[in-house]
Amino acid sequence: MRALNRKLLRDLWNLRAQAIAIALVIAGGVATWVISLSTIESLQTSQRMFYQNYRFADVFASLERAPRSTMAPIEQIPGVRAAEGRIRTSATLTVSGFDEPVEALVTSVPESGRGELNRLYLNAGRLPQPGSDVQVVISEAFAEAHDLATGDTVAGIIRGRATRLVITGIGLSPEFVYQIRPGSLFPDHTRYAAIWMHRQSLEQAAGMEGAFNDVVLQLERGANGAAVIERLDSILERYGGTGAFGRDDHTSHSYLSEEMEQLEAMAWIVPLIFLGVAAFLLNIVVHRMVRMQRDQIAILKAFGYRNGAIGLHFTGLVLLIVLLGALPGIALGGWLGHGLASIYREFFRFPELYFHVGPAVIASAAGVTTAAALAGTWRALWQAFRLMPAEAMRPEQPGRFHRSLAERLPLVRRMDQPSRMIVRNLERQPVKAVLAITGIALAAAILVTGRFQQDTIDFMLDVQFGFAAREDLTVTFTEPTGRRALHELQSLSGVIRSEPYRAVAVELVHGHRSHKSAIQAFAADAMLHRTLDADLDPISLPASGLLLTDWLANRLNVKPGQRLEVRVLEGNRRTTEIQVAGIVREFVGASGYMRLDTLNRVLFEADSISGAFLMTETDQRRILFEQLKTRPRVATSSLRENAIASFTRTMGENIRIFSLINTLLAGVVAFGVIYNTARLALSERARELASLRVLGFRKGEIAWVLLGELVLLTLVAIPLGLWIGHGFCNLIGHAMASEFYRVPAIVHGDSYAFATLVVVVAMLISMLAIGRRIARLDLVEVLKTRE
Amino acid sequence: MNSTNHDPGAAFGNDPIFRMRGVTREYRVGDNVIHALRGIDLDLHSGELVVFLGASGSGKSTLLNILGGLDSATSGSVRYHDLELCGAGDAALTDFRRRHVGFVFQFYNLIPSLTARENVAIVTEIATNPMPPEQALAMVDLGARADHFPAQLSGGEQQRVAIARAIAKQPAVLLCDEPTGALDSLTGIKVLKALEHVNEKLGTTTAIITHNEAIAAMGDRVVRLSDGRISDVSDNAKRANPETLSW
Repeated sequence: MRALNRKLLRDLWNLRAQAIAIALVIAGGVATWVISLSTIESLQTSQRMFYQNYRFADVFASLERAPRSTMAPIEQIPGVRAAEGRIRTSATLTVSGFDEPVEALVTSVPESGRGELNRLYLNAGRLPQPGSDVQVVISEAFAEAHDLATGDTVAGIIRGRATRLVITGIGLSPEFVYQIRPGSLFPDHTRYAAIWMHRQSLEQAAGMEGAFNDVVLQLERGANGAAVIERLDSILERYGGTGAFGRDDHTSHSYLSEEMEQLEAMAWIVPLIFLGVAAFLLNIVVHRMVRMQRDQIAILKAFGYRNGAIGLHFTGLVLLIVLLGALPGIALGGWLGHGLASIYREFFRFPELYFHVGPAVIASAAGVTTAAALAGTWRALWQAFRLMPAEAMRPEQPGRFHRSLAERLPLVRRMDQPSRMIVRNLERQPVKAVLAITGIALAAAILVTGRFQQDTIDFMLDVQFGFAAREDLTVTFTEPTGRRALHELQSLSGVIRSEPYRAVAVELVHGHRSHKSAIQAFAADAMLHRTLDADLDPISLPASGLLLTDWLANRLNVKPGQRLEVRVLEGNRRTTEIQVAGIVREFVGASGYMRLDTLNRVLFEADSISGAFLMTETDQRRILFEQLKTRPRVATSSLRENAIASFTRTMGENIRIFSLINTLLAGVVAFGVIYNTARLALSERARELASLRVLGFRKGEIAWVLLGELVLLTLVAIPLGLWIGHGFCNLIGHAMASEFYRVPAIVHGDSYAFATLVVVVAMLISMLAIGRRIARLDLVEVLKTRE
Repeated sequence: MNSTNHDPGAAFGNDPIFRMRGVTREYRVGDNVIHALRGIDLDLHSGELVVFLGASGSGKSTLLNILGGLDSATSGSVRYHDLELCGAGDAALTDFRRRHVGFVFQFYNLIPSLTARENVAIVTEIATNPMPPEQALAMVDLGARADHFPAQLSGGEQQRVAIARAIAKQPAVLLCDEPTGALDSLTGIKVLKALEHVNEKLGTTTAIITHNEAIAAMGDRVVRLSDGRISDVSDNAKRANPETLSW
């Protein structure tokens, strides 16, 4: 082996503590990068494969009822490759051992078996057959939530008729990858199920013999979707069609896309911040490390080594360190990423998870870290090369110190000499001090960022269930009903207060822009369920006109005072104009809000309501549920506490794990930075410290010169870091904003305290390690040889 | 004082390998300009051993650095044979050092992570006509310590490794900056013996700079510097054996 290479390996060994600290910073950045990008990539691939292999439809439409012969003209629509007419209806299930009713969406499976479109993937069992007992396939998530297996039975009420359902299979469908009740904030697999029945069985159960009420289409490649939808709507109009829509408005797909988009935003932004911070720190640390070798660079130059050869040598040293961090980072990222992607299967139900860490992910992570490290290296080398070797070999000129500005302060003027050294050193090398502060601050900032999601979710839960939705129970009717139903609910035992609501699916149109959404209407005196603005103040609904969420107003480019065209997508399907009365800022959802009586008036629908919010006596709930279950017009009733519990159990769990990983990696980065800052300061000033020892300073006193500086830098860096961290959270919030949430940058005091604590602990550990080195400082050796 | 034509005599041909004319060197330190060299005219001849004497700040290290291509003159001319060093670029100076010059520094400047042998090898690996590192170490009587790291060697031993490193590539010129400056006299004499041995055996032109008057006796010529100028040049009729020196 050539002597220069041998030097490289031995240098690496001598620098091992520092090299490991640097490698940790790289590993943290790279791991976050790999976790996020490979997770999103794997989810996207899994989605694509599932859609492709199980033929997810392109166009969806529901209608009241049409004879099966209507399918012929639908199949003839130009651009349609495959069409399927099916039956779909809602049902209420009762699972033994579970008090609350479960809402189910029942879909027919064609006689031929799996059908052309939205094919079922069976996890277990077989497809339902027609017969005396009604056989069903149930969704995997629902089966897991209730621990149901093939052979088990559940009681169902379909169109008011009680039916015993035998589970013959457990499956997944591309239509229910994200299995969420329309309008819900998050999935609730315990109270919402997708089930499939043989067409014949469902025809009987739903009274739909020889008819269908739902159509799905697959389009030819390059077909004009809008034209197909228009044709389909015109065919279905006389059968009570509620308007066909594409994948973008499909519940599972749109939620899935939004979630994926958010994930993607997170997948880029968080690791970009991490990797950016790691790269920045790497640059500083490597620069200082190479700079410390400037006398060795000078010797090599004096011997006649060319700049290129020396550059290559140090590049090799730095690349080895990068490799030392990047390899475990990639391995760790791949492992954690696979774990995280599996956790996402909790929400996103794919038959198979296609996980791999792609070469692009690895190359980008390796590229960014390598570039940052090399930039730092070459900056230092360039500085060394610019010097004549004779000059580079001399110890650096004593810095030009002067009385510092701070010394004009009376407190500082009375300082002892070592403390004065700290102040002057910081003032003399402001760039170095600023970089060190920035490094530590960024470490604190990513710690804050790591916990941001958790804090935000907590906050949004608080807002949603603490201020906005304070009802105990939400009851939804199968179809809009007169106000009389409210009095009926009010009279049930255990109900303290009831408030009506109306939710109408609409398409809002302004100029050439349109968006499918909902108008929610509440009573003027609502107390249980309120709409809040961004300051969490309840919004009082205007007597006339519509309030729009800012997200929606932006999307439609509409201002207060302007009029919107409102196309109702249900019932009488009226089109009307409503004035925008105001705009509200909300974190959750994107709909329009109106007063109930105003909406009823505008829609000419007397006193229709869609359901009610109830406040109930806790000990009467069981009886209340029993009463509700027997009412055919009650489609669902959901308990607020259970919704929160289910949310925290599923989504909360994942976010906690993700946060924990982020926090751990951020902690690793923070420690790496602080240790390196201290370690480099020691190397740079060993001579000076040894000289002080020779002059009779005690170990503790010289430790103060170095460690005092570290403490001072850290104390300045922490508040700065918390502030930057909050900024990062804002950035992530902006990137994550979607129709479903606008994420506020909420950081709890706890998280600030936590970030501070980690930084302080990292500082103390570094001080301890450096303190031990100071204690072992060989005075004679340090003074005899040059640094 | 006019310091041109300090001819060392017939022993070393008339064609100098180094020819310096009007060499000045200025450093700017903050707002001050330091005149390290204020006009040097000097020739060095092949095979001679020249001792440069001067107090600290006299400019002797600067002179040596300029001769070795470690530093550039501010004005004047420094020729090595036909090569003009003054104003030469970094690549040309690197090449010059690589082919022709060996350095010995006061603080040895060994690479701490390499053994004695490897410290020599790092130079022989890029030289065109080197001797084996072992032979170079043997010449300074360190063959037995070849596998020791610098930290395991005494100061004198480290300096002798530095000499071995400097001579291993068989340079035309050996430049030594205070080679005994960090050593006690007994060890210093060992180092000087090694230098003299190399000068005699290989005929390497050797320049030693020192502030130590006693060392002057071992040179063919003694050049005294003060305040950036040559104040005196004298020839020794006979070089003293380093073993007879003491300080």
